[in-house]
Amino acid sequence: MKKRKNLVYESIRMVILLFLVSLLAFVLIASSPIDPLVSYIGTESTLSAEAKAEIVEYWGLDAPLPQRFMTWLNNIFHGDMGNSITYKKPVATVIGERFSYSFVLMMISWLISGLIGVVLGIICGLRQGGIFDRIIKLFCLITKSAPTFWLGLMFLVVFAVWLKLFPIGMAVPMGNLASEVTLGDYIYHLILPAITLSVVSMGEIVLYTRQQVVEILNSDFILYAKTRGENIGQIVKRHILRNVLLPAITIQFSSFSELFGGMALAENVFAYPGIGTATTAAALNADAPLLMGVALISAVFVFSGNMIANVLYGVCDPRIREAGLNE
Amino acid sequence: MSNKLNWSRKMTVLTLVIFAALYLLIIFFWGLFMNPGEYAVNYDNKLLMPSIGHLFGTDAMGRDMFKRCIKGLSNSIVIGLLASLFSSVVALIFGIASAVWGGVVDRFVKLAVDLCMGLPHLVLLILISYMLGKGTLGVTASVALTHWPGLTRIVRQEVLHLKSSQYVLASQKMGHSPVYIAVHHMIPHVLPAYLIGLVLLFPHAIMHEASVTFLGFGLPKEMPAIGVILSESMNYITTGKWWMAVFPGVMLLIAVILFDVIGETMKKLWNPNSGNE
Repeated sequence: MKKRKNLVYESIRMVILLFLVSLLAFVLIASSPIDPLVSYIGTESTLSAEAKAEIVEYWGLDAPLPQRFMTWLNNIFHGDMGNSITYKKPVATVIGERFSYSFVLMMISWLISGLIGVVLGIICGLRQGGIFDRIIKLFCLITKSAPTFWLGLMFLVVFAVWLKLFPIGMAVPMGNLASEVTLGDYIYHLILPAITLSVVSMGEIVLYTRQQVVEILNSDFILYAKTRGENIGQIVKRHILRNVLLPAITIQFSSFSELFGGMALAENVFAYPGIGTATTAAALNADAPLLMGVALISAVFVFSGNMIANVLYGVCDPRIREAGLNE
Repeated sequence: MSNKLNWSRKMTVLTLVIFAALYLLIIFFWGLFMNPGEYAVNYDNKLLMPSIGHLFGTDAMGRDMFKRCIKGLSNSIVIGLLASLFSSVVALIFGIASAVWGGVVDRFVKLAVDLCMGLPHLVLLILISYMLGKGTLGVTASVALTHWPGLTRIVRQEVLHLKSSQYVLASQKMGHSPVYIAVHHMIPHVLPAYLIGLVLLFPHAIMHEASVTFLGFGLPKEMPAIGVILSESMNYITTGKWWMAVFPGVMLLIAVILFDVIGETMKKLWNPNSGNE
């Protein structure tokens, strides 16, 4: 009963926050000195002053800020996110297309970094201080500190330019019709960005898991398990995995914000046509409706990650479940 | 045994701090007082491989990449320094105010933190820079304005712990005002965590500056900056000009790692239990 109430409370809080975040984004975008009108009609437009005034009036640009926000909000509730200036399509369509590309990229990297990260973390924790541990730790320190876009460039230099294993960019081969693009092509162009994003997001989870494993190994119940004669495999399966897995998954879910940022940078390096490249294109072309849409979708993405992390914590960890009851 | 361990850590920190400070100070002042002529356009030396004369090679306009990197990193350090100082002061004030006063203030600060963390950091950076019309002002402001939430949480947590400690309660009973308690009891106690946070903020700030610049919302193209250099290099690496991308990134990476290691080691020194190694 109480838990359901907590969930309802969380949802309400999320909706309010989402509203405030879009308000913040709206104010930021609307107060930019970069004029959406100029970007729409071009700087060397021969349009008369009257025609310009007409567009301003049609768009409602002369209305005060709160009113414009309410109009935008009202349209959102009717499923209308406006039209993208850059792509000359409705924002909802652009985001739908692009986000599906990005979503595949993000989820693949998310899974890879999570799985390999936890495995590496456990191995490092078990062999603390060994040569493998040291190498992996150094590797994680470097990937954690390296700028995502630079790491992407390095992969591009090594795998695409030197070894010629992968294409330089684009999600599909250039000059082909959309219908001719096979699934193979698509996967082929997805690999490098996915590797980059996985490597970037792996460092955190490896170091975290390693730390946890080291702590668990020092605990009394491991000592007891050892005296009972359990071998390493049994200890890992019965004690370490159970203690490590949940916090690791939770950390992965709450890392959606960094995942999104990394994705945007990786996409720009590899010219992958997802939401990241759309974001930069929108901001460079002063495409206010699209920028607003991107802000909204990214906020929803981050919120859902945090929400899942919260719920997972509550559902799976009895200590927190009980703490929630006592509140 | 534990004494010896501590000592060796102290030595590590000292060596690292001196090394990092030297690395950054040299780059900072070298870049600051560098004659722009040293990385001027020179079409005779287009796209040269790295050599003794040009350590990092040259770019398509014949500019010396090594000098451009130094100048660029120096610019980044200035922005990183401004941003982390500003962010950390905001975090200190917000964190302490939120924990000491509680109630409405606490709610406001928590809401601000949630708002700031509600958007992916990169999107927020782009939006703020966009609002200020991109350029140097845009990127500096966006980096400075977005790095306080994490540190605010840490400071707030620390102060909340302190609040129920005996000496703070005693001070309250003696009739001292919240401001007096904040200044005399809270700030000295929070200072170590705050300083570590400040050190750890710096690499983030530099990296975000480079990222925003790389995407085209930061420092203008004609200014030497790591982000600009790397985004230019994108046009040349396909033809095998690898040095344009490799070295600038390594320079940035070294700066980031140095600060990261210093911060983490300081953390372990200050709180031996967190190290667990």
